[in-house]
Amino acid sequence: MRLPFSRRRVVATDPFVPVTPTVAPPRSAPVRENPEKTRRRAERRIKFTAICFVFGFSVIGAKMGAISASEAHEPATGGLAGAGIVSERADITDREGRVLATNVSATALYAQPHKMVDPAAAAEGLASVFPGMDAETWARRFTSGSKFYWLKGNISPEQQQAVFDLGEPGLLFGRREMRVYPNGPLAAHVLGGARYGEQDVRAAEIRGVAGVEAVFDEYLGDPAREGAPLRLSLDLSVQTAVERVLASGMDLMGAKGAAAILMDARTGEIVSMASLPDFDPNDRPQILVEGDRGDDPLFNRAVQGVYELGSTFKIFAVAQSLELGLTNAATMIDTSGPLRVNRFPIRDFHDYGPRLSVTDVIVESSNRGTARMALDIGAARQQAFLESLGFFAPTPVELTEAPGAKPIVPTRWPDITTATVSYGHGLSASPLHLATAYASLLGGGTRVTPTILARETPPEPGPRIVAPRVSAEARHMLRQVVTRGTASLAEVEGYRVGGKTGTADKPSPTGGYYNDKVITTFAGVFPAQDPAYVLVVTLDEPEIEAAGEARRTAGWTAVPVAAEIVRRIAPLLGLRPDFDAGSEAFGAYLASATGQ
Amino acid sequence: MRGLIYALSICAVIGLAFWAYGSGYGTRALERQVARLERDIGTRHQELSMLRAEWAYLNRPDRLHELAEMNFELLGLVPLSADHFAQTDQVAYPATTGPRELGFDWASRALETEIDGVIVMNHRPGEERDPVAPPAPARDGEQLP
Repeated sequence: MRLPFSRRRVVATDPFVPVTPTVAPPRSAPVRENPEKTRRRAERRIKFTAICFVFGFSVIGAKMGAISASEAHEPATGGLAGAGIVSERADITDREGRVLATNVSATALYAQPHKMVDPAAAAEGLASVFPGMDAETWARRFTSGSKFYWLKGNISPEQQQAVFDLGEPGLLFGRREMRVYPNGPLAAHVLGGARYGEQDVRAAEIRGVAGVEAVFDEYLGDPAREGAPLRLSLDLSVQTAVERVLASGMDLMGAKGAAAILMDARTGEIVSMASLPDFDPNDRPQILVEGDRGDDPLFNRAVQGVYELGSTFKIFAVAQSLELGLTNAATMIDTSGPLRVNRFPIRDFHDYGPRLSVTDVIVESSNRGTARMALDIGAARQQAFLESLGFFAPTPVELTEAPGAKPIVPTRWPDITTATVSYGHGLSASPLHLATAYASLLGGGTRVTPTILARETPPEPGPRIVAPRVSAEARHMLRQVVTRGTASLAEVEGYRVGGKTGTADKPSPTGGYYNDKVITTFAGVFPAQDPAYVLVVTLDEPEIEAAGEARRTAGWTAVPVAAEIVRRIAPLLGLRPDFDAGSEAFGAYLASATGQ
Repeated sequence: MRGLIYALSICAVIGLAFWAYGSGYGTRALERQVARLERDIGTRHQELSMLRAEWAYLNRPDRLHELAEMNFELLGLVPLSADHFAQTDQVAYPATTGPRELGFDWASRALETEIDGVIVMNHRPGEERDPVAPPAPARDGEQLP
């Protein structure tokens, strides 16, 4: 038998030509083999080698063919772990690790009309399962020739079973992850909300719409973090208490909106931030297209609402005056009228007599007193001071709404602006700006950066704004506003609240100010002798019948609400009530400020 | 000799082939098992996140508040306030009345005896107290404290 690769047989010749040996031949001459035998052996070896090569190449060829014909897939071990385990988007928790936002698996419903057995019956069946669906419309769509329709983004297991029972092969279910906010409207403005981005029948991408969900969109969706939750600085129970008290206060005062911010005075962490009216982020409403943007439930009054914050600004003028050494707490300030600056009169709520001490200017809230102090300071230094407190730029807090909320600062700064800004008119800022400035001024005198994230380590102190002594003096003055001044209703047994009221007329859209609409603010710190937290409460258009007449000033509206908030949250924050009379002395304030 | 080497090497090749195939199949079986376990872990994680969401939902402050109000008579829960803090010396400890005041004669009693190097207590705790009447059943049969 001839092998297919064997060559035609040639006449054998002896391949070994004898040569003259150059070395001594072996003693016995080798037996010369039969040339025929040698030839056959050589041939066998060549065939064997050839077979080996053919076999090797055909194995390689077969493997190459198999690789090119088969579908590529990655090796299973190790690579699979990430896919099934880590959910698409990380949770958001409060500072104690309680869940504020998480994901649950859900089901989406879609239709492929070309696979349907009976489109009309399918449409009717869907209409019976989902009350909002119109049978006729969908029957028309199913027969229109389109091959794909999304029907519902999220359906409940009961609805899924009902659709399944219709027995229609053209109705199909897609897997989804759904963003859930288990606490409902709690901290809605901070969390914002989420919606589906790119969607496919197998999965859908969740995108943040507002609040921290939008700012940390990439961060929450980053698979490299393996689903580690985002820890906010909010405290769930404190947030609940603040929202409850604020809501009942808003009802009681007949206000149309309210906001509150509770900030750690040392670290700038926002422990609670509330804005009312609010919404449910599970079912985020549409943005109001008509009416005032400021009345939209989606509008975060605490961050986006820039208001003239009134007399709460007085402490800045006074603190700067103390810092510059122009006055001390006992310096007598001329509060006599009339006072005209650039032809504009500056009035007081009532006449406070010819002069008041600096402390009493704050306690009695004298516009003329602070205006005169501000005029002594001068426009340039006043602007620099307010800028160092952060009033000229949006707050750096991690919310999508924050960069858009730029304070409204006068473009020109004549003497009248210097005078009015000293008592909080002519410069509009958000309650968060005010809280940050109060924390910076009263928490120890260094600049505080507000944040919504829980800090792992205490931050480096910011640039110094006022000396610790001035910070202590300012707190002592604010404490006296509560003990014997305009904010007397803010007294909370054991917690020594210190703070300043502010009542500002609302600007009317047609120009000028309303006579009967105000924004009232209370900005305070507690405990005043050893500041732990800064609280800002703002009410929009409050009015209450008290002591026989309708009252709109902050002392009657924002202050009692703030006091109730402190009464409820201070124990929750783990603050021990302090009934020691010695803590009221200025020495205690100074000791905490200078760290002795 | 040569034949033996051939036979041995062929046996070795066959044996190694068995071993290699066995390992290959074992590896693939393990990979399948790992994949199954990973799927399992994935499902469990999803269940866990569902349960966590449910836990958070059931423990939402609004619901807890309502429950506390509904069960106020039973639990008497009120919001935490400054009154709930106290000094340690305000805490009422149980009155410490010395046994001597009760008229129990401690001096004449040996509280313990040593038997074979083992100390045995002769005294039963509470022995010195006046006997307490056992709780009497109420008229409707319910045990009164």
